[in-house]
Amino acid sequence: MRKKIIATTSLAGCFGCHMSFLDIDERILDLVELVEFDKSPIDDIKKFTRECDIGLIEGGVCNSENVEVLKEFRKHCKVLVSFGECAIMGGLPALRNTVPIRECFEEAYLHGPSVEEANEEMILPNDEELPMILDKVYPCHEVVKIDYFLPGCPPRADLIWNTLYALVTGEEVKIPYEVIKYD
Amino acid sequence: MDTKWIEKIVDRYGRDKTRLMDILIEIQQEKGYIPSDTLPVIARMTGISQAWVEQTVSFYHFFRREPSGRYAVFLNNSVVANMMGRDKVARTFEEETGCQFGEVSEDGLIGLFDTSCIGMSDQEPAALINGKVFTRLTPFRVREIVRNMRAGKPVEELSTSGYGGGSNALPLIRAEVRNNIQRKGPLLEENYETGTVLREKLRLLTPEEVIWEVKLSELRGRGGAGFPTGLKWEFCRRAKGEKKYIFCNADEGEPGTFKDRVLLTEYPGLVFEGMALAAYAAGASEGILYIRYEYKYLERYLNHVLEEMRKNNLLGKNIAGIEGFDFDIRLQYGAGAYVCGEESALLESAEGKRGEPRFKPPFPVEKGYLGRPTIINNVETLCAAVKILYFGSEWYRTMGTENSKGTKVLSISGDCRYPGIYELEWGYTVNDILDMAGADDVQAVQVGGPSGTLISPEEFSRIICYKDLATGGSFIIFNNRRDILRDVVHNFMEFFIEESCGSCVPCRNMPWLLKQKLEKILSGHGVWKDLEDLEKWPEIMKINRCGLGQTAANPVITSLRNFRALYEEKIQKGRCFDEGFDLEKAVEESCEVVGRIPLI
Ligand SMILES: Cc1cc2nc3c(=O)[nH]c(=O)nc-3n(C[C@H](O)[C@H](O)[C@H](O)COP(=O)(O)O)c2cc1C
Ligand code: SF4
Ligand code: SF4
Ligand code: FES
Repeated sequence: MRKKIIATTSLAGCFGCHMSFLDIDERILDLVELVEFDKSPIDDIKKFTRECDIGLIEGGVCNSENVEVLKEFRKHCKVLVSFGECAIMGGLPALRNTVPIRECFEEAYLHGPSVEEANEEMILPNDEELPMILDKVYPCHEVVKIDYFLPGCPPRADLIWNTLYALVTGEEVKIPYEVIKYD
Repeated sequence: MDTKWIEKIVDRYGRDKTRLMDILIEIQQEKGYIPSDTLPVIARMTGISQAWVEQTVSFYHFFRREPSGRYAVFLNNSVVANMMGRDKVARTFEEETGCQFGEVSEDGLIGLFDTSCIGMSDQEPAALINGKVFTRLTPFRVREIVRNMRAGKPVEELSTSGYGGGSNALPLIRAEVRNNIQRKGPLLEENYETGTVLREKLRLLTPEEVIWEVKLSELRGRGGAGFPTGLKWEFCRRAKGEKKYIFCNADEGEPGTFKDRVLLTEYPGLVFEGMALAAYAAGASEGILYIRYEYKYLERYLNHVLEEMRKNNLLGKNIAGIEGFDFDIRLQYGAGAYVCGEESALLESAEGKRGEPRFKPPFPVEKGYLGRPTIINNVETLCAAVKILYFGSEWYRTMGTENSKGTKVLSISGDCRYPGIYELEWGYTVNDILDMAGADDVQAVQVGGPSGTLISPEEFSRIICYKDLATGGSFIIFNNRRDILRDVVHNFMEFFIEESCGSCVPCRNMPWLLKQKLEKILSGHGVWKDLEDLEKWPEIMKINRCGLGQTAANPVITSLRNFRALYEEKIQKGRCFDEGFDLEKAVEESCEVVGRIPLI
């Protein structure tokens, strides 16, 4: 059987979901038997080198670069999975959704305690190289079609493992209660 | 700060934390809002935490935390108000006052606010201004009203319209509200003098016999759920507890219902007598009429009626000369929350708390108000019970159908020539009723309010009764010019979003998600999957704690079932994904703020 090819990315996320992915511990040895990684922070491949079977998305969509990356993922992956609260609902970054953009900028770059003195010229970053900030943080499925959702902040390693295993082998996914219980 | 005036109010209610609603209502009325510095005083005097006071204040629509204008205008935004020209009225208010809805004019004179159905669907658009009801508003009248506000006139003199008919014109009410009684049956017939049952029948009957008679009549609750009334009374009679209570539910929050308002205006004696009758049957000593804030204009009148009944020995000690039959009634006002019509939320509210429904069991007949056995009945149920005792269950059973005996008072509104209340035997078809109300060219009827069913002409031969189309009485008619999805379903979803108490996750979120989906479809971005989602998602609503959440998806469910074509014609064919995400629009604002040209 050809090894399945996986890509992963962290958009507006904290990398916690990827950390949880690594919490599969020694099963990572089984994993490399089953899959190869393409574009992913795990192997540090920056650009898609081929078509992939599965894409895992951490984090929501907060700027124009996230949109671009997410659309790339949709183009190159047969199956896309939103993993983690941020990807599914925007998560913590989406707290800014109720605050006008101008206020967010002013707090972040002009008046916040950590920048107050440092930004004497009162500059709001506007270099062309920088991604443009979106009016709000979007969940991934409001930008591209997402096939599966793994809840949790972060999702448990077992949930990630079980899901990947099922997607790769075509077996039914095991979701025992412990794996999706959150308190 | 001078706290004397607050202390006086709290003292008037015996520093009783369970009377928090009354305390807050008085402060609200005196100041036009609940100033923050009143909270610690209330908390200290009633012995509850300030957070407790705060959570109650924050729950109710009519408790304002900020000054809301010397004239606070609450303009109804129910579906019928919109159909009858609310938009023009609202625009005129905004133009004349210079502020938007949700704001107070700069000089602090006038505040404009939306509010859910205020029980005037047969005379929309309607508004409450400082508690006074204004109906049939037009842009012309709005200009006149605002002019009079600027001249500093009292609310009573804001408008030159006359008074409504019947008791509405009495000095104690003086409201422009109309009764619009279009059809009378045995309940609304004036062939009965208040107190006759208490005076003439009860001395011959034991409480058990009263219950038996109500049971024989097969009377079921008229508030919507249809629980057998005799059985409820019996449960309460059997429940252990030295003190028992009778509540009359006059919250009447279901949009499109207004019959309880008319019953309380024209037959208050009958309602109170019904409560006394229930008290006799159950052995209760105290009665509370829980009435919505929107009907505050009836307060003086209702208190007067109670006073008269006390004078006539129809309330108080040894009622009607029956030894040991002691019972009295007081009013308990709400402060704007549809969910408080749900019986256990109503009890919470009456105890001075947030109107959050309780888990059941235990049911109120066992553990109700203050944990004691309590009967809660709808206004109309109690009226019917009196007539049953007067004319006999035999007589009552001659009316209606096999499974639904007697009559039902319907509140009919929307696109028809004769909106108003209709007392009908159970068993008429929707077509019959449309005929009676003078409705032509009908596209749809909402039976039972937003929580009920939206039916199409194919179903107009269905019958109004518990077995087929059960209803608490709301009957809203839409003609063929109405946009069902935009004008009706969308409005109803906004209603539920506004009114959910927020305790249950599905109830708090699903109506919002459904509304978003609906908006997506209406904006032309819908795909087939959206219809599938609209069908599947509401299933989870069954697990909600109370009837509000359990029915909050009904506008979507029933319109999708009966008007599917309206949805389908808006769906994009041949596309399976479209969230309508627009990158250009999404970055517009941030680029403007930092001063850069978007490059896409
Ligand atoms: C959200 C909600 C709102 C309700 N509103 C009312 C109401 O305004 N008036 C009413 O009588 N019953 C209302 N009910 C029904 C009451 O919970 C209760 O069943 C009724 O008052 C019992 O009286 P009955 O047996 O005489 O009908 C409501 C129920 C729910 C779930
Ligand atoms: S879901 Fe939680 S762990 Fe994952 S990226 Fe968001 S904040 Fe981090
Ligand atoms: S169903 Fe809705 S209104 Fe009822 S208790 Fe739950 S959240 Fe509150
Ligand atoms: S929902 Fe609040 S912490 Fe999870």
